[in-house]
Amino acid sequence: MSREGFAAGDDRTSAGPPAAPADAPTGRGSAVAAVLRRVGLSGRRVVVAVPYLWLLLFFLIPFLIVFRISFSEALIAQPPYSALLEWLEDPDFGELKLQITLTLTSYLRLFDDSLYIVAYLSSVKMAFISTVLCLLIGYPMAYAIAQARPSLRGPLMMLVVLPFWTSFLIRVYAWIGILKANGIVSNALAALGLVDEHFEILYSDIAVYIGITYTYLPFMILPLYATLERMDRSLLEAAADLGCRPWKAFLTVTLPLSVPGIIAGSLLVFIPAVGEFVIPELLGGPDTLMIGRVLWNEFFANRDWPVASAVAIALLMFLVVPIMVFQYVQGRQQDAEARR
Amino acid sequence: MKRFGFLAWALWFGYAFLYVPIGLLILYSFNDSRLVTVWGGFSTRWYGELMRNDQLIDAALLSLRIAASSATFAVVLGTMAGLAMVRFGRFRGRTLFGGMITAPLVMPEVITGLSLLLLFVAMEQLVGWPAGRGVTTITIAHTTFSMAYVAVIVQSRLVSLDESLEEAAMDLGARPAKVFFVITLPIIAPAIVSGWLLAFTLSLDDLVIASFVSGPGSTTLPMVIFSSVKFGVSPQINALATIIVLVVATGIFIASLLMARQEKQRQRDEQMALQGG
Repeated sequence: MSREGFAAGDDRTSAGPPAAPADAPTGRGSAVAAVLRRVGLSGRRVVVAVPYLWLLLFFLIPFLIVFRISFSEALIAQPPYSALLEWLEDPDFGELKLQITLTLTSYLRLFDDSLYIVAYLSSVKMAFISTVLCLLIGYPMAYAIAQARPSLRGPLMMLVVLPFWTSFLIRVYAWIGILKANGIVSNALAALGLVDEHFEILYSDIAVYIGITYTYLPFMILPLYATLERMDRSLLEAAADLGCRPWKAFLTVTLPLSVPGIIAGSLLVFIPAVGEFVIPELLGGPDTLMIGRVLWNEFFANRDWPVASAVAIALLMFLVVPIMVFQYVQGRQQDAEARR
Repeated sequence: MKRFGFLAWALWFGYAFLYVPIGLLILYSFNDSRLVTVWGGFSTRWYGELMRNDQLIDAALLSLRIAASSATFAVVLGTMAGLAMVRFGRFRGRTLFGGMITAPLVMPEVITGLSLLLLFVAMEQLVGWPAGRGVTTITIAHTTFSMAYVAVIVQSRLVSLDESLEEAAMDLGARPAKVFFVITLPIIAPAIVSGWLLAFTLSLDDLVIASFVSGPGSTTLPMVIFSSVKFGVSPQINALATIIVLVVATGIFIASLLMARQEKQRQRDEQMALQGG
């Protein structure tokens, strides 16, 4: 925190001739470095340690706490869960004993009440369908941009990313006016005489598919474009020279080579979409079950922290494999870039 | 585009899909009618009402403050993390570190929010800090997930950067810290700027995590928008959306122009240096 104070104190205590005024900053800097080295902290170590400790404290440990609380019992108290570790005084021996209480109530409820399992399955289904929609829209776009003139590629990609920079909440909100009864879609279809003006897509699963596809599309296009743009164009020329038809060359050369991009993009959409809360809450109907919404309600409406934690742990268990695949692909991509 | 057929159509469809909803949002912000989808003539009355909505303006100011500070922390921590991942070779715990950097990118927000809240509650019980939840806890939460984005951006910039410049400086006797500030930092500056901007927008935009870790008196802008949007459309939100979209679009446009110019300048300097040497 107080680097300056540290440095000043160090200057006062350091023996030897005072540094020349012109060298003062470097002299002080190296003195700080010397002290840090003496306590075993090189600059290098600090650079690793600070973000490392931050992530341990604010990213990893919280999961352990969620795990712990998922084994507690819900209480009407502040905080609303029973303690997991307790010091008990043993009356016979007058000594302290550590009592560990594990309650499986929350997990049993996840299996007892079909609501949770149905919500998990429907989240996976909705995230999967949205991912496929993103791929169907995103792949041709990424391919077209990678094929465009080099000077055009930058601006075209910027147009893809730009909506992502504007508010997520507002992009979801934009669809409410379009999809609601008497909204833009229903008015347009009513004018064509296809439906009446009370026709409504909003508050249905279809609206949620549209919302997820719309907001997550840039995440699909970015990695796809990165792999397609990197692809060696001469492979396609060779295929053409050998008499391969363009669509066949696409299926046998381009598509297999872009698999890393497809995997990275799909996971970037699928994993967060499984736990999505805002989109089903705003665009989905009351019967649109998604696990993020269930967790939110357990926490905010029922104030049942242990069950909310159990829902989170179960969701995490389910997502561990996709997350690890994502990290593997991400690491590979980075290595490929480094080799380039 | 050699084949103007399917691909061009796909591209146009994609851009229409991305931009038509935003365009309609902006159009209807100038609608006089209270019914958002019925055109009642051009008017700017919703902008006026927006300016008089104190609750919304307070929330916006709070959100901007949180976004600025969390983006700054995220840039410092994320740059350190990216540097460690790319330049430090193998060190103990590198795999876990890499995992903790990429996981927040895909972690569902409800999980991050819940876990951070439970951490803050447990910390308050154990060490008495943070006392209650509010601006501090939101800032910490936002810093944590946006530093992952900064780290990834900085990493990909560092990976594509030629190490020989840094090695040359080391060979000439520069200390690692000096090499970083004189050589590395200027080169990765564009990545740091875009990292900061991204962290800023992510923080400004976050509803779920902030809802978990906020306390009474710390209502952020997305929370206000969400609660008014939940009960249907409101023209004021359209006006607010228009302002956000315009500010962001100009900001990004200017930033990318500046960065492109700087990049060109740097490349020209490199060429000159190579030819001169």
